[in-house]
Amino acid sequence: MPGAIYAEGLVKTFGDVRALDGVDLDVPEGTVLGLLGPNGAGKTTTVRCLTTLLRPDSGKAVVAGIDVLKQPDAVRRSIGLSGQFAAVDEYLTGRENLQMVGQLYQMRAKAARARADELLEQFNLADAADRPAKTYSGGMRRRLDLAAALVVSPPVMFMDEPTTGLDPRNRQQLWDVIKQLVSGGTTLLLTTQYLEEADHLAHDIAVVDHGRVIAKGTSDQLKARTGGERVEVVVHDRENIAAAAELLDKYSLHGAGKGDTTVEDHMRKITTPVTGGAKLLAEIIRDLDARGIEIDDIGLRRPTLDDVFLSLTGHVAEAKDEGNGEQAAKGTRGHRHTKEAAK
Amino acid sequence: MSAVTDAVRVTAPGNPITQSVRDSLVVAKRNLIRMVRIPEVVIFGLIQPIMFVVLFSYVFGGSMNIAGSTDPSVYREFLMAGIFAQTVTFATAGAGAGIAEDMHKGLIDRFRSLPMARGAVLTGRTLADLVQTALTLLVLAAVALLVGWRTHTNFGEVLGAFGLLLLLGYAFTWIGAVIGLSVRTPEAATSGGLVWLFPVTFVSNAFVDSSQMTPWLRHVADWNPFSATVQACRELFGNPGVSPSDAWPMQHPVIASVIYSVLIIAVFRTLAVRKYRSAAA
Repeated sequence: MPGAIYAEGLVKTFGDVRALDGVDLDVPEGTVLGLLGPNGAGKTTTVRCLTTLLRPDSGKAVVAGIDVLKQPDAVRRSIGLSGQFAAVDEYLTGRENLQMVGQLYQMRAKAARARADELLEQFNLADAADRPAKTYSGGMRRRLDLAAALVVSPPVMFMDEPTTGLDPRNRQQLWDVIKQLVSGGTTLLLTTQYLEEADHLAHDIAVVDHGRVIAKGTSDQLKARTGGERVEVVVHDRENIAAAAELLDKYSLHGAGKGDTTVEDHMRKITTPVTGGAKLLAEIIRDLDARGIEIDDIGLRRPTLDDVFLSLTGHVAEAKDEGNGEQAAKGTRGHRHTKEAAK
Repeated sequence: MSAVTDAVRVTAPGNPITQSVRDSLVVAKRNLIRMVRIPEVVIFGLIQPIMFVVLFSYVFGGSMNIAGSTDPSVYREFLMAGIFAQTVTFATAGAGAGIAEDMHKGLIDRFRSLPMARGAVLTGRTLADLVQTALTLLVLAAVALLVGWRTHTNFGEVLGAFGLLLLLGYAFTWIGAVIGLSVRTPEAATSGGLVWLFPVTFVSNAFVDSSQMTPWLRHVADWNPFSATVQACRELFGNPGVSPSDAWPMQHPVIASVIYSVLIIAVFRTLAVRKYRSAAA
């Protein structure tokens, strides 16, 4: 039996661009699928096809047991969509926005108003309920947008990059909201550029690139495929690079002399794949100390979206706009220790 | 938070016509709230036609020959039907820009993902624009009375003229809707919604006596849908300068005006709704 969200061979072309090149998905009821990929990979196009906004050139899509191509209106009654750009009317108040959406879901005006009040309370927007949405902060707008998607408590939810551009605190808040929602049994498909986000929220992850799903699995499975941790060392003196590289190579995952250790001369940075975590890190620091190699920085890095991509596709995930670049940098989940001067 | 997932199920669709009317009114209300919150738009929409009234009647007034008279007061009475008609067509730009902005901001995506009547987003928008147009006409008529415009017929006929003007304005907002759905930015919709209105409103009987134009231009002016409404208004207001042309729309301006407007609505509404259904932000 197909899941709450099911897609088979979705193809969509825009002129010469093959935005979707045969996307297959199957999301069991009550679970969360994270659609992970860089800008332009086809994440949004996939969501648009599944939410009736875009008609695929070919392929099959079933949402909540309803054929998306044959009964789009029935699908619309069973889904909630929260977009990449917070789609609320900025001149309407929070309450007016939610009431309008409720009425367009065919609720009676009074019921829509009551539901709006309920959601404003739940999403911590009650104090701002009667202010135009343009006075809201980015995080508040996202919450309002999410609330709008939840007006009728749809069994299936789609969220297109729900936290893009949010600061860490607002992202954490939104994650909490999403987790609560999912614990209530909603099936969710969410797209994201951040491995960390998929890690936090999704049961399964599908990695998309060039309009295809190139890998599927749990976050741990994907990371295992990507390879594990690496140690990065930045030495203080340029003349110590060679010595440090030789030392670090001994700790390399596959043993010394296998060519796993890389050196970036201009940054005085040496990287080697390891296993053993923080314990090994302490050992390496002691070893470097013992040889009198002064270091500026040392850190243990875990795989990032870029790493996942690099290993799966051979190219890095390109975050095109500024906000994403910043997020990609923050996405590095390394435990970094900075040593000013190791004696 | 558990209440979020409480079953608030959507009711099955009712009568499609009732739903369409209901949804259109919900969207119209939304657009009217916006107008109240952004009064600049309405105010600027008023300044331009008032400026036209003043400029045309005082700058051109003395040099125009209308029905054999160069008296500025005759031109002023002649002019008003033209200015009224031009003003209602300018609502096109507002509708276009508004719809383009909704596309740009992702609101159209939100609407299209909801189980609402197709076309209600556009109908709601055009209805709200109609309210704004009516308001503009009201103020403009007051200004026109101040500079000396008078009607010489009964109340019913005057009301009928304003009805034709509103119908024309409503028809033109559907052209605006198609423009708004066809361009990439709200700015493009504003300029794209305005440029073509100048030839349409100037190659007509709105500001000059079209019988004084070169023959080919006169034919264009006589058959211009816009001219039919202007001619009808002059007739219904009892204002001077009703064109004696034997072109059919000039002979039967009231019925011609209705036919043109209904035709424009039929064609452009169909186009707009089709574009809306396949719209991609």
